[in-house]
Amino acid sequence: MATKRWLPHSVAAICLLLLLYPLVWLLATSLKPADEVLTSLNLWPSHLEWSNYTTALDGVAGVTVGRLLGNTLLIAGGAVLGNVLSCSLAAYAFARLRFRMRTGMFAFMVATLMLPHHVVLIPQYIMFNQLGLVDTYWPLILPKFLATEAFFVFLMVQFMRGLPRELEESARMDGCGPFRTYWSITLPLSRPALITTAIFTFIWTWNDFFTQMIYLFAPEKFTITLALRSFVDQNSTSAYGPMFAMSVISVLPIVLFFFVFQRYLVQGMATSGLKG
Amino acid sequence: MSTVSTRAPAPAEDPTQTRRPARKRRGVREKQWPAYVFLSPWLIGAGVLTLVPMAASLYLSFTDYNLFDAPRWIGLRNYSEMLFDDPRYWRSVGTTLLYVVVAVPLKLALALGVAMLLKSLGRGRAFYRSAFYAPSLLGASMTIALVWKALFNDGGSVAGALSWFGIDTGGWVGNPDLAVYAVVLLTVWQFGAPMVIFLAGLQQIPSDLYEAAALDGAGRWRQFLSVTLPMLSPVVFFNLVLEIINSFQVFTPAFAISGGNGGPADSTMFYTLYLYERGFTASHMGYAAAMAWLLLIAIGVITLILFRTSRTWVFYADEEGR
Repeated sequence: MATKRWLPHSVAAICLLLLLYPLVWLLATSLKPADEVLTSLNLWPSHLEWSNYTTALDGVAGVTVGRLLGNTLLIAGGAVLGNVLSCSLAAYAFARLRFRMRTGMFAFMVATLMLPHHVVLIPQYIMFNQLGLVDTYWPLILPKFLATEAFFVFLMVQFMRGLPRELEESARMDGCGPFRTYWSITLPLSRPALITTAIFTFIWTWNDFFTQMIYLFAPEKFTITLALRSFVDQNSTSAYGPMFAMSVISVLPIVLFFFVFQRYLVQGMATSGLKG
Repeated sequence: MSTVSTRAPAPAEDPTQTRRPARKRRGVREKQWPAYVFLSPWLIGAGVLTLVPMAASLYLSFTDYNLFDAPRWIGLRNYSEMLFDDPRYWRSVGTTLLYVVVAVPLKLALALGVAMLLKSLGRGRAFYRSAFYAPSLLGASMTIALVWKALFNDGGSVAGALSWFGIDTGGWVGNPDLAVYAVVLLTVWQFGAPMVIFLAGLQQIPSDLYEAAALDGAGRWRQFLSVTLPMLSPVVFFNLVLEIINSFQVFTPAFAISGGNGGPADSTMFYTLYLYERGFTASHMGYAAAMAWLLLIAIGVITLILFRTSRTWVFYADEEGR
């Protein structure tokens, strides 16, 4: 068999190299001296320009990268907490409890999976604007506490339905109310679904650009993505090195998450059809 | 249920069916209020952040509204301007359709091809599966969009590599004919998510089907057409629907590659980018709301057509012999 295996293995390896080229290029460019960034097609820098990173750490418009990362972390952390709590509550009701109009509400929840965000975007913006919450983090975090991401509700419903009912029933026999049962039986058993939700929420929030751009204006409230945006319209070559150094810093948390949690990520994707 | 459709569930495939009244026989009516307590965050969100905004955006789409003055009712004027007097609107529709039609099939074909390749690997499959999936997580970020812009710019690696083969394209980013394909390739590069789903589906296909086909003298290609594709069709359908819905809403790469203005010559003015420009840059919120509603209708119609046609080509094993 071993002789037949070399072909697929080498094809896979070549595909992988092509696929990873942009990431290697990013890393290499972040260490290039200014005059080599655009003039040389050579991937490797003639010498490593670490000053790109020290320049990058100063950030943009007087806001340091540390601050930008802190802001992003705050938003992503809030989003994770909100999604895990609110989506698991709704999912438990859909998966385990009976109430009037359950079928209708569930169908509505699933339908919102296909709803383009842009339909609700403008009125939501107007609403937050009238509440004086534009240029705060509320519009980015509050919706997550209201289970607006139907994908995660759906993911958890699917997962909870697969759990054996016996434990919950016996908890009920022992006098546990639905809240006790949810908190001490269902939630701990649903850990894989909760972790998947947490990781994807973190990564998607970290990567988000559109919502952050619409709601945040003050540079000191900027996320790392918004700071990178200031590089979008400029074409001057001098800032390329620091810009890509900052880019590397900005994807570092996602890369770390990926290495630590890749098993959950890939399995979450495979079993639920979750999109990344 | 067939193993294929349970392992890679298609959410849209009428999820209400899987529920059954499990404890009806008990006859004791459960109290309903705890359910509503559990649901309260979702109920508030669905009402305040989904239903009310949907109604509001429908209303706004019939008005002239700039965020500062009160909305002024203008009837269907936004829609008629869009459809009859706004060449940039049609340009954005054309660009987006071109993108969807090119990017989605390419991405799914690559995802399926690589999934089949990985299935044939014995050891190392898990490693490759994770590695191929990595771009899907990073690809949505501004960082990768900026990398892409540099790679496809004048003097970037792509033009350099192509000129190596004697193909002289110049930079794609500044070329109105090519810029949109830079965005297409960025999307195709993120084939990891559908690939992982395809791979999960492939692993559910019983191997005796292949053995039977081989006994009947079916070659590789024949096996692919007669066993793999039909058995995988629910997963293909699921990926197709999701990718199309997502592709209509592409924003970040178009924003980054065009420098935020859909350029050069509006060639990367994607639908959502134009919507953003009309609503938030030019302060025509009513117009943007109307654009959002047409997008919703378009996605709804396309999804409906896909679901209707799926009856002829999506094969659910459990429906056999009913």
